[in-house]
Amino acid sequence: MRARVFVTLKPSVFDPQGTTVAEALHTLGYASVSDVRQGKYFELEVAAATAEEARRIASEVSEKVLANPVIESYRVEIADQKA
Amino acid sequence: MTFAIVVFPGSNCDHDAYHAVKHVLGADAEFVWHKETSLKGADCVVLPGGFAHGDYLRTGALARFSPVMAEVTAFAEAGGPVIGICNGFQVLLESGILPGAMLRNRSLKFQCEHVLVKVERTDTPFTRNCRPGQILRIPIAHGEGNYYAEPETVADLERNHQVVFRYVTEAGDAVAAGNPNGSVANIAGICSAKRNVVGLMPHPERACETALGSADGLVLFESVLGAVKEGTLHAV
Repeated sequence: MRARVFVTLKPSVFDPQGTTVAEALHTLGYASVSDVRQGKYFELEVAAATAEEARRIASEVSEKVLANPVIESYRVEIADQKA
Repeated sequence: MTFAIVVFPGSNCDHDAYHAVKHVLGADAEFVWHKETSLKGADCVVLPGGFAHGDYLRTGALARFSPVMAEVTAFAEAGGPVIGICNGFQVLLESGILPGAMLRNRSLKFQCEHVLVKVERTDTPFTRNCRPGQILRIPIAHGEGNYYAEPETVADLERNHQVVFRYVTEAGDAVAAGNPNGSVANIAGICSAKRNVVGLMPHPERACETALGSADGLVLFESVLGAVKEGTLHAV
């Protein structure tokens, strides 16, 4: 089963990379893009019987490894079974 | 007195640290590969600078899973002196041995330059030979040295006098002008609650000989040498 994990800096943490990207977009004329937050994206192949179990495992490794809870938050999505 | 210098794949200041403690300070030094499960009876542990595990995922994030880190954690918990320099500081943060985290430098640049840091506390094994408020000229070399912690954590650090080094101006003021990377409260280095673990972003081991531009960093190694010789640390 495939789990997708999105890791981003917490809203309270300044993101100098995202800010710089936003400034570059403004220079390009995309004034409508008011803010950019840069993050990380992971795809995990998890051997799990149910989506709940896959979610539990993905959340656990996100908490322990993929995200640093001091500065980052994460979101887990479980993809549909492969066709 | 023997220093254990931990070598992770990607460490690149391990030899700088070895040279500083062995050839300049005159103590014994041993490299300890990250896969090892013994610190070989060392009296002090150095987590050196570099790019452990390629800085993959986050700086220092994967090093904490190296086998030797269980020994380093036990050594620190027993009161042994541990110093994490630059990437070594990042490893201590990711391991949870010291609080906080590192963000990308405010400038987004990898910064390699001499900076001024004020010694805020002399009650750690690595600063006991410093004068209170002494200003050291030591180089930094990092892309992610922008120290961050939640406001409550920073308040705790201040209350418990765990901020050991602060970036300052020539006048000795911890203001934005003296802050190279955006670190909260100009924090350049902190210690553990028990004070035996110190982490800092500047590189004292690269500032131990005047031929290299500054010898201000040597006092950290002289300090811990004295602390170990006097036995003022907990038995490990």
